[in-house]
Amino acid sequence: MTFGYYQTEYFFDELFERTGEPRPHTASFIESLEGISYPDLQAIQRAAEASLYKLGITFNVYGNKDGREKIFPFDIIPRIIDATEWNYLEYGLKQRIKALNLFIDDIYHNQHIIKDKKIPREIVETCPGYYPQCANHRPAKGIWSHISGMDLVRDKDGTYYVLEDNLRCPSGVSYVLENRQVMKQTFPGAFKDLTVRPVEEYPQWLYDMLAWVSPEQSHNPTIVLLTPGMYNSAYFEHAYLAQKMGIPLVEGRDLMVTEDKVFMKTTSGLKRVDVIYRRVDENYLDPLVFKKDSVLGIPGIIRAFQKGNVSLVNAPGTGVADDKAIYHFVETMIRYYLNEEPVLANVPTYLCTNETERKHVIQNIDQMVVKPTNESGGYGVIIGPSASPEEKASCITAIQNNPRNYIAQPVISLSRVPVLSEKGYHGRHVDLRPYILYGEDIRVLPGGLTRVALKEGSLIVNSSQGGGSKDTWVLADNGGYHA
Amino acid sequence: MLSRVAESLFWMARYIERAENVSRFIAVNMHLTLDLASDAIQQWDPLIATTGDQTIFYHKYGKSTQDNAIQFLIFDEDNANSIKSCLIKARENARGVRDVLTTEIWEQINHLYLSITSETAPLEAAQNVFQYCKKLRLETQLVKGLVDNTISRTEAWHYLYLGRMLERAEKTVRILDVKYYILLPKVEHVGTPIDNIQWAAVLMSASALDMYHRQYRRFLPSSVAHFLLFNRDFPRSVLYCLTKSESSLCAISNTPIGTYSNEAERQLGRLRAQLEYADINDIIQNGLHEFIRDLISNLNEIGNTIQDHFFSSQSLPTSSLKEIYA
Repeated sequence: MTFGYYQTEYFFDELFERTGEPRPHTASFIESLEGISYPDLQAIQRAAEASLYKLGITFNVYGNKDGREKIFPFDIIPRIIDATEWNYLEYGLKQRIKALNLFIDDIYHNQHIIKDKKIPREIVETCPGYYPQCANHRPAKGIWSHISGMDLVRDKDGTYYVLEDNLRCPSGVSYVLENRQVMKQTFPGAFKDLTVRPVEEYPQWLYDMLAWVSPEQSHNPTIVLLTPGMYNSAYFEHAYLAQKMGIPLVEGRDLMVTEDKVFMKTTSGLKRVDVIYRRVDENYLDPLVFKKDSVLGIPGIIRAFQKGNVSLVNAPGTGVADDKAIYHFVETMIRYYLNEEPVLANVPTYLCTNETERKHVIQNIDQMVVKPTNESGGYGVIIGPSASPEEKASCITAIQNNPRNYIAQPVISLSRVPVLSEKGYHGRHVDLRPYILYGEDIRVLPGGLTRVALKEGSLIVNSSQGGGSKDTWVLADNGGYHA
Repeated sequence: MLSRVAESLFWMARYIERAENVSRFIAVNMHLTLDLASDAIQQWDPLIATTGDQTIFYHKYGKSTQDNAIQFLIFDEDNANSIKSCLIKARENARGVRDVLTTEIWEQINHLYLSITSETAPLEAAQNVFQYCKKLRLETQLVKGLVDNTISRTEAWHYLYLGRMLERAEKTVRILDVKYYILLPKVEHVGTPIDNIQWAAVLMSASALDMYHRQYRRFLPSSVAHFLLFNRDFPRSVLYCLTKSESSLCAISNTPIGTYSNEAERQLGRLRAQLEYADINDIIQNGLHEFIRDLISNLNEIGNTIQDHFFSSQSLPTSSLKEIYA
């Protein structure tokens, strides 16, 4: 089916130039798509969705009464990134995660960055993710945020911006891996013609990193993946990663702490655990330290961690850097700790705690995206241009009542990628979440999760808000074409 | 292996086996209804009786018509032992232990779940119950085939096999008991075609008819009972199932067969030995139904002991976790 009528309108399109021509690195793929008839494309799309459903690649939606899982909608047109662009992104992401880790370590030790007045003490200490209990502790190998997923967006002119640093339990990498499996079956020819960089090594990288941060340097550390259980929205991913790494998937009730060491309850007695990839939120991790009524956690696990008897990945306390007000200062951190200029820019961000900025936000609320500083999944976000007068009024009241809880950013015209819809190809907005592993070295999975707003005109790409996903192809260094 | 995981594997296997057995019962009973004159007997009552769930059935449906019985046994989610309930629970357990199952097993269980919970499933069953039950049977057997062909013979497989064998032993016992509930219209019908059809149905319910024929040529109550209870080679006989259960239990705890290291092994070994030395004529003399009743209660006790000994480190049942998230 032809792209002849496809319109990029006034947005940046990942596959097409503004003139309507395919970009050089996408031309051969576009040509091969044009050779497939519309009914065949639809059949391919349906087959791809059916195979995800059969595999049980689903997520749970909170508050969904019938308990049925939904598949994460998937669109078969990939986003394609050329090698040069990727190298630049990769460099920028590594720089950013290095600085963020130095920041967390500094906050729990000397707090130089506060003393040097680069970041106000008050903003740091009012972070819900700041835990004074973590002070003076240093996790194994000095790393706090081992696994991160930073959300990137592109504006009208194609500039990349970091929208969020997800440093706690970023999810979605299993979709990247499964989408790729589906795409290989869908467009085998394209993989032969283009040199798409593989993503399949991720579970091995993850395992290597987890083994490397083991407190005891044994050859065969016991590593487990801790899940809140099968009713958690990301349970599929937890089970998937545990299976691919060949490590036990455990729940809080499977673990116990005695003499400040962590054990799992097996049919042949207790077994010592060295490393826990925890997908349980910090607040629920240890009822002795955090939420007292949590049944998901393991009493005493934080003490075991502080004594250095178990490694927790990501380390508790990491949340201090995963706060939208702290995000405002990441460029400052890069300059401060690394003495480098940031490669990737932040989206301009207004802190509502600052009186001038707050006034600006309230006056220009029509043009702003207002976000709670500590929510994820797009919950509580107000998009100025599309909000009703009532929504805007209650948002202003909320900001005035609790300025620390809000930041605002100008609306970004997210870049677009064509999707296959009922009526042919149409541009839909996307973002990109690359995954970064910080162990012996820093590794960035080539590609990441491209989330797409499937509704026409929508800017909301979160799965919990009806978004879908696409495969992300990073082309290899030879320019993406076989000689 | 985590205790929670062992428990889920055990129950996953039990539910799959149960679903398969129920689908076989239904198909056999359909055959039976077609072979008998319509006024012969209330043909679905015995089947409901053997499930052990007759109280809730009569409370909810009143009469044991074919439609009611099929709805109750296949699709009724209020019936904890309906095929649908079993498959939902099997998948729930499988989901909790996905990391130790192979992708192939998970996909097949997920497929079964999606097919029985689909909106068109009741229609499909109504169009042809035979076909529908046969499909379910083959699909559940596929799960077992995948378990046997894709899982290493380590602890996980032994818990799956233990669950399957204990469930099967119990179901075979109950099948044999069906004959007790099928009352012949008159005493002189003993040994007539009706009687023979019923014995054949009992054997078919255990997928045992062909193998029975190879060993015995005629239908004799004592031969049928002997075959289903004590045959050493037939994979659905109670003795076979208990022998295999015992060897898996011993493999799990690394105990030589014939000795025991825990209460479950002791009870299982004792029951197995009891069956090995039992005499079918004595049993029939003293009442087959009474013997079966004791056997079921022994099997239940073994199940409870396994639960206590191997899985008891559970601090919180799954159901209460669900409430936390609701």
